[in-house]
Amino acid sequence: MTVPNDEPCLTIKGLIKDCGPVTGLDGKMIRVLAGVDFTAHRGSVTALLGANGAGKTTTLECAQGLQPINGGEVRLLGQDPYGAGADLRSRVGVMLQDGGLPPSARPVPLLHHIATMYAHPRPVEELVARLGIGSFANSNIRRLSGGQKQRLAMAAALIGRPEVLFLDEPSAGLDPQSRQIVFDLIAELRNEGLGIILTTHLMDDAQKLADYVYIIDAGKTVAQGTVAELTRQTGELADQRLLTFDAVPGLELAAVGLPHLATAEPVSGHYTLRGAITPADLAELAAWWARMDLLPTAVHMASRSLEDVFLDLSGREIR
Amino acid sequence: MTCPEGKSDERTRLLPVRILNQGRYEAVTMLRNGEQLILAVFLPLMALVALCVTPILDGYGTSRVNMATPGILALCAMSTAFTGQGIATGFDRRYGVLRFLSTTPLGKAGLIAGKGIAVVAVLAIQVAVVSIVAAFFGWQPAWTGIPVALVSLLLGAAAFTALGLLVAGTARPEATLAVTNLLWILLAAVGGIIIPAGNLPDIMQPFVEILPSAALGEAMRSALIDAAFNIPAMLILLAWTVLGGLAAVRWFKWS
Repeated sequence: MTVPNDEPCLTIKGLIKDCGPVTGLDGKMIRVLAGVDFTAHRGSVTALLGANGAGKTTTLECAQGLQPINGGEVRLLGQDPYGAGADLRSRVGVMLQDGGLPPSARPVPLLHHIATMYAHPRPVEELVARLGIGSFANSNIRRLSGGQKQRLAMAAALIGRPEVLFLDEPSAGLDPQSRQIVFDLIAELRNEGLGIILTTHLMDDAQKLADYVYIIDAGKTVAQGTVAELTRQTGELADQRLLTFDAVPGLELAAVGLPHLATAEPVSGHYTLRGAITPADLAELAAWWARMDLLPTAVHMASRSLEDVFLDLSGREIR
Repeated sequence: MTCPEGKSDERTRLLPVRILNQGRYEAVTMLRNGEQLILAVFLPLMALVALCVTPILDGYGTSRVNMATPGILALCAMSTAFTGQGIATGFDRRYGVLRFLSTTPLGKAGLIAGKGIAVVAVLAIQVAVVSIVAAFFGWQPAWTGIPVALVSLLLGAAAFTALGLLVAGTARPEATLAVTNLLWILLAAVGGIIIPAGNLPDIMQPFVEILPSAALGEAMRSALIDAAFNIPAMLILLAWTVLGGLAAVRWFKWS
């Protein structure tokens, strides 16, 4: 039987993973994942969002079959990935966070070598052109910049024409040009029907790339939904707006007369107003600027961002 | 879940093809690495020349070169399988290369098999180079012992590969580098590999004789000097291979 295309390409239910024994803790085990739920579909980009240390990479490694699990269930293309055969591995492309490329190798020969493992690999030349690898085709990998290594690792993950693509922190260390190349390619591959699973701790990336987002914190899934759903949650946070403007430092915002908004000057000359901002509030603020004969150098209005959702869920304090 | 179309089988090359390709790639990588080349070829050749022009081995065997060459071939196996392959694997582990390759169709088993092939390929080149140089010094091996010598060399390479993987898979790469280099020097000097254990102080002999280095050295000398099959030495090598292999399977960490 063939797997219908609307069936998830990856399902994770109640995933538990212990690591250790940890020498600093008298050889005790640490529970790194304590109930991760995650589902990804073909033809969409599903992001796993979390702070550093939340368990993103461990979740991916369990999904890729690199680590055995201690509880819950992982199904990748209908199979248990741990100990699965070459058949499953050939249908999955993996880009590890640290690249996983031998530093003494050269990019294009390495890609040709990886291609020898597949019966019908994507042509190396095509990937080299698409990801702009030609300019450093024969340099030692250890001499490449972060963005170059990242693009090479992406090419390596795509050689076998995978159905499912794992990208661990795909935008880490990317310069703006590399970022554009990689983001365009991710969107194109999604449209070709690949199931793309990526991790990131950058809200911007998730907001730009992901069709569906899972937020994990301390090894647990704490929220899920489309970016729109997550940022339009019900409750008192629903109509949160943020207005920022830049002007001369030291203004007394209390004089504006908007007591229902939380005002602050977090950086000298940069002001924030947070709350249920109405058009009337804006008129009030503009009138105040007029009375003060003040022209702000920048004004920006934003609704609740994914970052706000994330910080509300995982706490604003630094851990 | 099965795939009735049978298409999934065609996605990857056959396992032996993948392993051979990986072995070739790793062998070329080893030979392109300057330090590895020094360890694998130049140091054993220097030791061979030194033993042929100095009287260290005088009084044993028919000639200096006949006595020295079997031990130098054993040293080559230790260089490539233990030190060279151990260091390479340790750093591959650090850089995530092992994790990446085990997500490709090659897999963990294919990765290890590829390393074995690379060791054998590099060892073949070492044997050829050492034999040619030894021939210039007038080496005359016991011809009928050559098959036994080749079997001994392969078994020794297997034992040292297992031990190299054990170190590389459990220690940090810097520690692997230090340990495998240090052990190479120690075993080359007093491990019974070039200089027979019988020439060492009496108190050391029982300990040295059960080392894989001494066992491989003895097996090679028995084969190439006396055309004999040294059963105790082969059993010691076999034990190291099995124990080292089991320990590596049990404790090897991929990341």
